[in-house]
Amino acid sequence: MSDPPALALANVSKSFGAVRALREVSLELFAGQTHALAGENGAGKSTLVKTLAGVHRPDSGQVLRGGEPVTFASPADAQRAGVAVIYQEPTLFPDLSVAENIFMGRQPRATLGRIDRGAMRARAGELFARLGVTLDPEQPARGLSIADQQLVEIAKAISRDARVLVMDEPTAALSGNEVARLFSVVEALREDGCAILFISHRLDEIFALCRRVTTLRDGALVATEPVSGLTHDDLIRRMVGRDLGALYPKQDTRPGEVALRVDRLTREGVFTDVSFQVRRGEIVALAGLVGAGRSEVARAVFGIDRWDAGTVTVAGRPLPAGSPTAAMGAGLALVPEDRRQQGLVMELSIERNIGLTGLRSLRRGLTVSRAAERDRARDWALRLRLKYGRLADGVGVLSGGNQQKVVLAKWLATGPSVLIVDEPTRGIDVGTKAEVHRLLSELAGQGIAVLMISSDLPEVLGMADRVLVMHEGRLTAEIPRAEATEESVMAAATGTGRAA
Amino acid sequence: MGRVLRWDVLVGALLVAVFAGGSLATPGFATVSNLSFALGDLGEIALIALAMTLLVVAAEVDLSVASVLGLSSALVGALWDAGLAIETIVPLVVLVGAACGLVNGLLVTRLGLPSLAVTIGTLALYRGLAYVVLGDKAVAQFPPQYTALAVDDVPGTFVPYPVALFVLLAVITGVALHATGFGRSLYAIGAQEQAAFFAGIRVKRIKLLLFVLSGTVAAFAGVVFTLRYGSARADNGLGIELAVIAAVLLGGVDFDGGKGTLGGVIAGVLLIGLLRNLLMLNDVSTEIQSVVTGLLLIVSVLTPRLLALVRSRRPVLKGSS
Ligand SMILES: Nc1ncnc2c1ncn2[C@@H]1O[C@H](COP(=O)(O)OP(=O)(O)OP(=O)(O)O)[C@@H](O)[C@H]1O
Ligand SMILES: [Mg+2]
Repeated sequence: MSDPPALALANVSKSFGAVRALREVSLELFAGQTHALAGENGAGKSTLVKTLAGVHRPDSGQVLRGGEPVTFASPADAQRAGVAVIYQEPTLFPDLSVAENIFMGRQPRATLGRIDRGAMRARAGELFARLGVTLDPEQPARGLSIADQQLVEIAKAISRDARVLVMDEPTAALSGNEVARLFSVVEALREDGCAILFISHRLDEIFALCRRVTTLRDGALVATEPVSGLTHDDLIRRMVGRDLGALYPKQDTRPGEVALRVDRLTREGVFTDVSFQVRRGEIVALAGLVGAGRSEVARAVFGIDRWDAGTVTVAGRPLPAGSPTAAMGAGLALVPEDRRQQGLVMELSIERNIGLTGLRSLRRGLTVSRAAERDRARDWALRLRLKYGRLADGVGVLSGGNQQKVVLAKWLATGPSVLIVDEPTRGIDVGTKAEVHRLLSELAGQGIAVLMISSDLPEVLGMADRVLVMHEGRLTAEIPRAEATEESVMAAATGTGRAA
Repeated sequence: MGRVLRWDVLVGALLVAVFAGGSLATPGFATVSNLSFALGDLGEIALIALAMTLLVVAAEVDLSVASVLGLSSALVGALWDAGLAIETIVPLVVLVGAACGLVNGLLVTRLGLPSLAVTIGTLALYRGLAYVVLGDKAVAQFPPQYTALAVDDVPGTFVPYPVALFVLLAVITGVALHATGFGRSLYAIGAQEQAAFFAGIRVKRIKLLLFVLSGTVAAFAGVVFTLRYGSARADNGLGIELAVIAAVLLGGVDFDGGKGTLGGVIAGVLLIGLLRNLLMLNDVSTEIQSVVTGLLLIVSVLTPRLLALVRSRRPVLKGSS
């Protein structure tokens, strides 16, 4: 390769207090190539991305653009140099339209400096046509699915003529079709000569999309190599530093009595006539496309939203509608899908977040025992192999996957009898994923009823005793473990299969 | 890092500086009798600030407190005129305060209206009611054994009764905010209400309780105010909600909720009290006093943001050196 890399890092180190997030890492991105970055939660991937984006300045080492050392003092500098970044958490302004978001700060002008809305709309339309997607430029960003938000970010990137596109876990929240659409867009950009850096915890995607892969472990570079010569296990070994047990360690259990019974549950316009039960010791998966109403059913069962008709019974006792407190009292726990808004209080520390679901049990006399709060947090941090500095640190400085572990810890610590998990392994690395699966399996073994919502089909097939499939707000199929295949689940999820 | 840069510590230091400066520059300031008076003069603001702290930590606010104080004062006057005993009047009036708080709370939690808007409305409403109750007349001639309670010191100390009451309530509030599950819930609600709700915290019920508490305390402060001046008037305590909020924000409680300590608020209250006392001793007009309160409010909102900016710059500076 004679051309200098489009963008490169040379021996870059970056620390946050005592945490060494990057240690002498080098990385080269070439035009027309897709490069993968792999590593466990907290390995330093997002920190590397933020260094490329001008969010962080390296403590030592250099950023090189076309072979020349550059200093990005701010994200605006990096953008001007043609580096576009799609962050792990979407950064659109919810109240602005799609077009306004794309042209934020660079709106086309008409006379007297007024913003030329017509031109803006037309150019946004052109961008979407080029990407081959149908999105309404006038629509507000609020209410867009995560997949569509990412497409808007990509449109923003190409509108700036980005030559380097960095994507930090873009597929974590996407379903199968959406991933496929994203990949075709990325492929087209690569053929146009973009250099692309792609991060994902789904190894299949790395193998499908990327030419080379760089692996980080604890902030240090393990290897940069072509993907072609690697197996899944090779890559996992580089990331984790050891061999991994089974990814889906499902134990056989004999289901006990019914723990959760949902009967003809309806929420007008959201889901209709949903009935199912989960027995003690069972893991039941709720599969379906994004938007099929799975999370909404979970939210209603847990009392976040009210339902209009139907009943929810836990261990034989009916639950009142609309009270999470009552649901928790009955032994329910919900690990919600949106960890930043629903799962965590970002300003509070790790231990406070884990303690939040146990304020009553942590009470000694009138006050909350700090020692008990800390013990609870330490215990679960250990069991979930949480990577953190101190338990008193804000949960916001943890890496994405480690934040997800805190949400899990917070709910497992309540000792639930019915555990509902909504996308429990979203953004979690393979090692921890296996760990979470082992944990779910173990919990089921102890007689807990588990209801798992997941868009990760292998996870559904690997972990569930039964698969319930939802399509457009209705339960369309119930498939026992023995008959569950990718085809049977997808057929029911897209509404092309047999009726239940 | 940055323990020295902590806001409540800064306010504490400022408090010491104002005290030292005042003692040197203003004769008669650092005397026991003046300080005891200054503390007593602060009583109502301090009491209301306790409840306000809880509200602001939970990202709500009650601007109607001074009007509830005025309504309470007017009611004390009217009921006394009607021949009721103080022992009957006080519980009645406090109950009315609780009802005022309940109205605020219901409007906020049931209808989902922003508390800023709701309590600006009831600020006007409750003050209006105060005039309906008492008109512009003043009722005085309360028996001295009652007015004495509002100004006299606890026997054997230099601490006026209202201040003693404040200390007691401050300890209770401090423990509730910083050491109980209730306090943990308030911070969670203020910082990320949705996550608090998902964690099974009864967000609406807690907010309702806070508004009722705020109304109750404000009404009780109205009783103290009336007895202390020996005069019940509908315009009593006009505008002190600003001093209360200035004290709370100055104490380092974030107006967006989720942050702040009661210790900081107490320092903020004392700072405002000392400044008001100093200005009074130096014969500064009430208009200028109000200018000072306004400036303090702005400074207390602005400075933490500037500090945060300085802090976030630091690692960058360090990295480039
Ligand atoms: N602003 C910060 N302050 C303190 N520590 C930080 C900060 N940003 C990152 N860290 C720490 O640096 C380490 C690397 O985090 P990073 O977000 O880069 O991980 P990651 O590889 O992207 O993980 P994930 O797969 O979970 O997203 C973590 O231990 C994290 O807690
Ligand atoms: Mg990351």
